[in-house]
Amino acid sequence: MASAQTNRLDDGGLIDRSAPLNFRFDGKAFSGFQGDTLASALIANGVKLVGRSFKYHRPRGILTSGSEEPNALVELRTGARREPNTKATTAELYEGLEAASQNRWPSLRHDVMSVNQLFAPIFVAGFYYKTFMWPAKFWEAIYEPAIRRAAGLGRAAGVADPDHYDKAWAHCDVLIAGSGPAGLAAALAAGRSGARVILCEEDFVPGGRLLSDGGTIDGVPAAEWLSRTLAELADMPDVGIMTRTTLFGVYDGGTYGAIERVNDHLPSPPEHQVRQRLWRIVAKRCVVAAGAIERPIVFAGNDTPGVMMASAVRTYVARYAAAPAKRIALFTNNEDGWRTVETALSAGLQIAAVVDARPDVSPAHRSLASKGGFPVLHGSVSGVDGGKDGVRKIAVSLTGGARAEVEADGLAVSGGWNPAVGLTSFHRGRPTWNDDISAFVPDGAPPGMTAAGAANGDFGLGACLSQGFAAGATAARDAGHNGKAGIAPVADDEAFSLTPLWHVAGKGKAFVDYQHDVTASDIELAQREGFESVEHLKRYTTLGMATDQGKTSNVAGLAIMAAVSGRSIPETGTTIYRPPYVPVAIGAFAGHHRDETFHATRLTPSHHWAVEQGAVFVDTGLWKRAQWYPRAGEKDWLESVTREVKAVRSGVGFCDVSTLGKIDVHGPDAGAFLDRVYINTFSNLAVGKARYGLMLREDGIVYDDGTTSRLAEDHYFLTTTTAKAGLVMQHLEFCRQVLFPELDVQLTSVSDQWAQFSIAGPKTRDLLKEIVDPAEDLSNEGFPFMGAREVTLRGGLEARLFRISFSGEMAFEISVPARFGDAMARNLMLAGAPFGVTPYGTEALGVMRVEKGHIAGPELSGTTTAADLGLGKMMSTKKDYIGRVLAGREALTAPDRQVVVGIKPTDKARRLRSGAHIIPKGQTPGPGNDQGYVTSVCFSPTLDQWIGLALVERGRERIGEIVHAHDPLRGEDYDVELCNPVFYDPDGGRQRG
Amino acid sequence: MRIVCPFCGERELGEFTYLGDAKPMRPVAGASEDEVFDYVYLRDNVAGETSEYWYHGGGCRAWLKVTRNTLTHEISSVEAAAGAGAAKVGA
Ligand SMILES: [Zn+2]
Repeated sequence: MASAQTNRLDDGGLIDRSAPLNFRFDGKAFSGFQGDTLASALIANGVKLVGRSFKYHRPRGILTSGSEEPNALVELRTGARREPNTKATTAELYEGLEAASQNRWPSLRHDVMSVNQLFAPIFVAGFYYKTFMWPAKFWEAIYEPAIRRAAGLGRAAGVADPDHYDKAWAHCDVLIAGSGPAGLAAALAAGRSGARVILCEEDFVPGGRLLSDGGTIDGVPAAEWLSRTLAELADMPDVGIMTRTTLFGVYDGGTYGAIERVNDHLPSPPEHQVRQRLWRIVAKRCVVAAGAIERPIVFAGNDTPGVMMASAVRTYVARYAAAPAKRIALFTNNEDGWRTVETALSAGLQIAAVVDARPDVSPAHRSLASKGGFPVLHGSVSGVDGGKDGVRKIAVSLTGGARAEVEADGLAVSGGWNPAVGLTSFHRGRPTWNDDISAFVPDGAPPGMTAAGAANGDFGLGACLSQGFAAGATAARDAGHNGKAGIAPVADDEAFSLTPLWHVAGKGKAFVDYQHDVTASDIELAQREGFESVEHLKRYTTLGMATDQGKTSNVAGLAIMAAVSGRSIPETGTTIYRPPYVPVAIGAFAGHHRDETFHATRLTPSHHWAVEQGAVFVDTGLWKRAQWYPRAGEKDWLESVTREVKAVRSGVGFCDVSTLGKIDVHGPDAGAFLDRVYINTFSNLAVGKARYGLMLREDGIVYDDGTTSRLAEDHYFLTTTTAKAGLVMQHLEFCRQVLFPELDVQLTSVSDQWAQFSIAGPKTRDLLKEIVDPAEDLSNEGFPFMGAREVTLRGGLEARLFRISFSGEMAFEISVPARFGDAMARNLMLAGAPFGVTPYGTEALGVMRVEKGHIAGPELSGTTTAADLGLGKMMSTKKDYIGRVLAGREALTAPDRQVVVGIKPTDKARRLRSGAHIIPKGQTPGPGNDQGYVTSVCFSPTLDQWIGLALVERGRERIGEIVHAHDPLRGEDYDVELCNPVFYDPDGGRQRG
Repeated sequence: MRIVCPFCGERELGEFTYLGDAKPMRPVAGASEDEVFDYVYLRDNVAGETSEYWYHGGGCRAWLKVTRNTLTHEISSVEAAAGAGAAKVGA
């Protein structure tokens, strides 16, 4: 049975009393109402203690009513959905909500780590840095584990997040941050002008401070004006209000980041819905009406549960009908604090006293005091007596030196207001100090952004409305909309009077940064130790570095630094503001890019057929490629791959090689263009022929390789490696557009347009004859090695046929339009059945290329030259080409470079592994005698042993030498013989036959 | 960041790939190793306006020459980079 809502007021508030909600905090059952936050519901239930502090494990209560909250952080939900460091002040209550306090053990009320307070001297400013100077052993064995146990915030769920997150784009003319009076007025003006408007509101209902502070606008109560305004905005088709959405970042070119908490207010998102959505909003203009944050005053015991910002007290009383205390004292240095007294009195709460730091109090407030029967004390709160049950007594230093004591169970504090300058400062804008309000106001806002109302330092309701309206109208006009904005809403401005007060000297810890447990004396210590710059102060004390980013603490912190270092506050300056304005879950940034949808998946044209064949797939870049095709009875991959290789070498097999990059090169200068991008010459390639080509980077290192065929006088067809398909296209476009604009040539990426199959083995021609129109001459004379031309297939389909071989066998590659790829695979199986055709995967492909000594990705490593790969002779000396000059540099032509060579183990039964280092035989391995490494290995069914390729210093001069292979990663050492990299059919008779 | 492609209009950063400084001109055939070395490696580290190559790979595949201020990220002009990297013979 939930306990009674002891602190719920009998009436008022924007809660739905007909919709009670049950929830649990630290296992105990409570109830609240629809419209509550977790914080307001806890307050309504008389709960004051909600957490323990970061370093000292001090009891903490709720300080604010918004996203600036430093104290009331909880673990929300349970299991996989448990979310640490969730602000109770913004978490909406829902039926069945479960939350737990953080940073306490064994329980919130009895926390053994609160002994940290006794060791407080070691937790002072810079304690991490100082302890690093202690003996390392002490740090590792005792200190660090102890700190890890003692300090920290909530626990992560520890398992994968079961929910989905979304990312979306939105475009508008005018983006507005905040739906308080300034934001709503801006939306009215911009919307009436005809602009497309998006208004982001962090809260779950629009209205901002109007919901708590009321007032009179256009002669009617604020609530009435609010509903009227929302109705008018709702009727504008181009104005959208996004609640539960925080604008957190400002990026270049008018791009903004916003996080929408789509379903955080429910136990779990409804089916097919996301939890949160990350918005990238592109706006021509932005009006920041994000309001201001009330600032605390630093005094001893200011973190006692029951000490609360005065505006938050108003919010809990007026908006949530929840009384933070029964007998409230107010400590203020400004006029606005008194509004809390008015709100509390009208809700029937008792005021214990008002401690006002200003020399004078208005006659109106004096009469309010006498009517309410409470004293007005001129002075400051110097201490709070209370513990985990909250405030009991308040010590007051009166102006003139006398002392007084006030009995109260709650203390409302108002130190003035700081405009929320985060968004306006994200482009390195430095806010400027305004003496009239003793606060920083926006300056140097990003292009297209203006601040209005409290966010701009104008706190009065009338000023918020008129400024917001003007900003909205201007923004719309600047975005090209000139409709009639009409008349701005009108309200009076409240009186403003403030005497700056940051820190009251006193005995005991006085907190500046509640979340990181940074005290006034930490700042004084930092100054004494020379960390006077605010950026140093921040890092040395960790002030403002917690999840709240110092929203309630930064200005007070630098005011104290200013005072102790004898500078003014503007001289002391602010730290740089950086997004995000509020914490944003990594899951929201990732969106759907996780698990199997981490990246796009590309399927080859024969993929579905390969799935039917039971293929095992491997991820190569974005592609899924068939790695091998296991058959019943085969015990491992090696057995399957060995079978596939043998089948190709003795009969015929085929493999989908559609993943290769394919580019059509058209134009009268196509040949000349290719001459400039490849090291060898293509302009003299005969029509109907193919040629292997190698490309360098401009620095002389090999970039990519592939086969290029000349299909017509002005038409070449170029292939790239799978890995570089996109990059080579980009590189060639750069060469064509930027470097060689005089050449008449066009490039077309056709990688996705053609399905390409390699058909290899001595029976290839037999199989092809079943596929290709009988009129096509496939004889060695009619279609010789390195021939390439368009052919007609049986049934009339036009295809491209290339007599090229990667395996060393008699082989062709055939291209058909991609939509016929699946049919081609099935057709090859059907037509090839009489010849025992065998589909093979990338493993067998790799085995045969190593047997044949062909280079591939591991050798094209971005460090090798053409000569390193044994292809130096291809480098033309008769023309300029990309990379030619720098390829001739001394270091790239040095005789002791590591070059490609074959390797065989001296023990024929030995397995090779790539990555092993090559060391001269008889020497102890070390960096001084490391002569290269093994790049590619395979078990060669043809040679019945493991073989490999390696990059070895002067390797080609050392054929026959026995060297040592050292593999410290796998703990293996063995000898290998350096040999010719072409293990199979070195004179190439088979592929030409 | 957003770039106004002269062919496609204003598009988002994700559609573009950055290459680098658009100032160096590729030396003509027969240039010395030193000239090519400077072309490949020597770059100014500018605080202010720079011209740089961007590739609209997510759009029209044009290489663009973008004038951007490295201090403010403000883009003052975008044009097709046609021929921008080709040294003129005799220049
Ligand atoms: Zn474009």
